[in-house]
Amino acid sequence: MSTAIELRGLRRDYGERPALAGVDVSLEPGETLLVLGPNGAGKTTLLRVLATLLRPSGGEVRVFGATLPGEAWKVRGRIGLLGHDALLYRDLSGRENLRFHARLHGIERAAAEARIAALLSAVGMERRADDRVDELSAGMRQRLAICRCVLHEPDLLLLDEPDSHLDTPGRELARELIGPSEDRTRVVVTHDPERLLPEADQVLRLAVDGSAELTEAALR
Amino acid sequence: MTAGATRSATPVVPSRVAFAAILGKDLRAELRTLQSLPAMALFAVTTFVIFRFGLDRTQLSGDLASGVLWATLLFAAILGINRLFVAEREEGGFDAIRLAPIDRTALFAAKGAALLAYLVALELIVVPVFAVFFLDSAAALPPLALVLLLANLGLAATGTLISSMAVNSRARDLLTPLVLLPLAVPLSIAATGALEPLLAVGGPGYHRFGTWLAVLGLYDLIFLLVGYAVFDFLLED
Repeated sequence: MSTAIELRGLRRDYGERPALAGVDVSLEPGETLLVLGPNGAGKTTLLRVLATLLRPSGGEVRVFGATLPGEAWKVRGRIGLLGHDALLYRDLSGRENLRFHARLHGIERAAAEARIAALLSAVGMERRADDRVDELSAGMRQRLAICRCVLHEPDLLLLDEPDSHLDTPGRELARELIGPSEDRTRVVVTHDPERLLPEADQVLRLAVDGSAELTEAALR
Repeated sequence: MTAGATRSATPVVPSRVAFAAILGKDLRAELRTLQSLPAMALFAVTTFVIFRFGLDRTQLSGDLASGVLWATLLFAAILGINRLFVAEREEGGFDAIRLAPIDRTALFAAKGAALLAYLVALELIVVPVFAVFFLDSAAALPPLALVLLLANLGLAATGTLISSMAVNSRARDLLTPLVLLPLAVPLSIAATGALEPLLAVGGPGYHRFGTWLAVLGLYDLIFLLVGYAVFDFLLED
């Protein structure tokens, strides 16, 4: 059985500045990696490399056995990214956005409608699903972004501060969709480690100079 | 056993599905917001009014007519080209599309098709206005439609390519015309060359018409192939 994520000496530079200077991680399927660090430490960069959106500058990156960036096409459909941007078009409604993403992921129309209805219900957005995204609050957009992230039932969730903009009921609803489960591997970036530490199998601490320290959950 | 451990590579979604999804999304958003087409049409009509009073002519023919028509359409097209990828840039659409298991050239094809649709719609509105302002008969309009269709195809291919590069620049409003206009010179020569005999005094003529259509077709083919070949690289970080 292959590991979900294997990083060996991952480096990513922006010009002369190293954002990631040698990250080593080995994560098994179903595990959760918590990524901590101050602003500018490369947390979002790490997620974007794993999401196949950024090329690594050096080192080795394997996701579900596929080497990135060369074999990125093999895993794109297995990744769900919840980042700072909701990746939703403001001029379309929430439902239209989800239909668009369902088509991009090759989900059949009937199956997509059923899945979208179930997800909207799960995050409490049924009544506002046909409103344009630019008419929704930040918290509602985040709920829709969570639906978009898990719409195609990804095996790997890359979550960048997933609770941002969510109220307490919203966090509880989101937990069903993006919380820990043996069916999904998770990499979670957070500035609120106290709440998420109990869910983590490993903790990666990134520093502003690009260095990284990995800790097993049992040792944290 | 966890799901993530056993699933193999996800299949690539057929390009026609991705193409239809992106094109449908773009046309739906444009119909809802009317951000591009009305501005393009208003610009073109206003330019015709300026030419009419600036030249102090109620009739144009030959090279002057073809120049006025093509230059106006080209500059109006730049307004649409500038906005072609704005939603992808500002609302994260590039990332969403890059995360999907699709052939990224579907994005090039869909954006090109959307631009082509805008140009055809623009011409359906403004070419009759041009005819009313400057032509004494509508006999030239059917063959003129063929020339414009071929010119639109080339402009859509070039414009999509340039727009995808310029959208990541803060100076995109400046960059698009600066890069696009030199690339559109061969297209402009061929388009005005084909339009000139059609708009001649005394009705449409067809002197070297076929040659100019062939040049337009060749231009279209070259830029469609260039777009297909390089678009994937343009989307990389």
